[in-house]
Amino acid sequence: MRRLNSSIIKQAVAQLCIQANIQLRSDVLLALKRARQRENKTRAKDTLGAIIKNASLAKKEGLAICQDTGLPCIFVELGDNLKIVGNLKTAINQGVEIGYKKGYLRNSIVAEPLLRKRAGFKPVVIHFNLVKGSNLKLTVLPKGFGCENKSRLKMFFPTDDIGQIKKFIIDCVKQAGPDACPPYIIGVGIGGTADYACLLAKKALLKKITNRISRLEQDLLKEINRLNIGPMGLGGKTTCLGVNIQTYPTHIAGLPVAVNISCHALRSASKTL
Amino acid sequence: MKIIHTPLDRKQIRKLKVGNKVLLTGIIYTARDQAHTRLISAINQKKRLPIDLNGQIIYYCGPTLTPKRKIIGSCGPTTSSRMDRFSPGLLKAGLSAMIGKGRRSPEVVAAIKKYHAVYFLTYAGCGALLSSYVKEKKFVAYKDLGPEAIYRLYVKEFPLIVGVDCYAGNIY
Repeated sequence: MRRLNSSIIKQAVAQLCIQANIQLRSDVLLALKRARQRENKTRAKDTLGAIIKNASLAKKEGLAICQDTGLPCIFVELGDNLKIVGNLKTAINQGVEIGYKKGYLRNSIVAEPLLRKRAGFKPVVIHFNLVKGSNLKLTVLPKGFGCENKSRLKMFFPTDDIGQIKKFIIDCVKQAGPDACPPYIIGVGIGGTADYACLLAKKALLKKITNRISRLEQDLLKEINRLNIGPMGLGGKTTCLGVNIQTYPTHIAGLPVAVNISCHALRSASKTL
Repeated sequence: MKIIHTPLDRKQIRKLKVGNKVLLTGIIYTARDQAHTRLISAINQKKRLPIDLNGQIIYYCGPTLTPKRKIIGSCGPTTSSRMDRFSPGLLKAGLSAMIGKGRRSPEVVAAIKKYHAVYFLTYAGCGALLSSYVKEKKFVAYKDLGPEAIYRLYVKEFPLIVGVDCYAGNIY
């Protein structure tokens, strides 16, 4: 059995937190550049230009792309032939705090959801998955809350049709309007349980934006862009850069559908130890 | 492009029309959710505010920590609609402008018209870019709020778009 010291995990998490927040994902940047070329409206082109310039400046200066450095969601794929020496959860949380301080990011986490209290850097949200092998894969997704606040879940009837589901997804974006920093990337989770559908929708945001998407994803992308919300909600062709749907088996009585909206500052970084 | 200065007087505000792009040189105060709660509470209890709102501009922003040799960290706007419940009270108390992102409620639009104020948008999700326009930063109030504290920023040619003008013209 391979052994991995938790101090190495702590360091890796710290480094990933900084990387994710300072360097915009290459697929997102490419999608923004392509979108800018496609836009005709001056305002839309100008806004996308500012977003692209911001990404470049952030990387050059080592500054956070956005001041909302999010609530980090950490995805851990733990090999079943790997022994962690030390406390994995503690190492992850400590790693986040170290990375966020070193990277001059933001303390956006309140210990009590109701009483609030002073904002700190932890604890974060961690999802564990057991996989075959001797490796540990870490993915950090600092999720901004302007867009997280626009997430939705709907428990459809198992006999509801795809048209109703599409309408729900498009309505979620319509409701978000200009407020969650469009252009958006939409994660959709279909199936599982209520909470699992939400997790699927979040995980969907980790998938790279590509042209190789399903018919349903294509349709949604087209219809969402027809809303003409545009960059910053000021109008334009680019309301959405990509849609990704993740599915899972579900109950005969149910059809959970979750939508997790990401703003254009979709940030994530991975490392395999 | 037109440059406006603080304090923002009625004369300047009257000339601003929805959709106008302007550059701001002057003082803005950062304040968001928790600071607004405290400011409104102070107004309601007739207590003294940490800042004199007259002619001033509030920027809905909670910046990151400040890196070495920088004046401020990443400092873009947060979602304005979360402050909708507080804005009419602050406008009544003399606030002349707000900078944020996204829509404002009909009540806020009405208050902007009633109190002869203006709502600006700035580039959303562009905190690194916007930090380059901040030339000075000074802590003012509510230190325990961390990133949500009130800071006084001196900005030079800070890019703005008029979102809601004093005639209730609304970009959305």
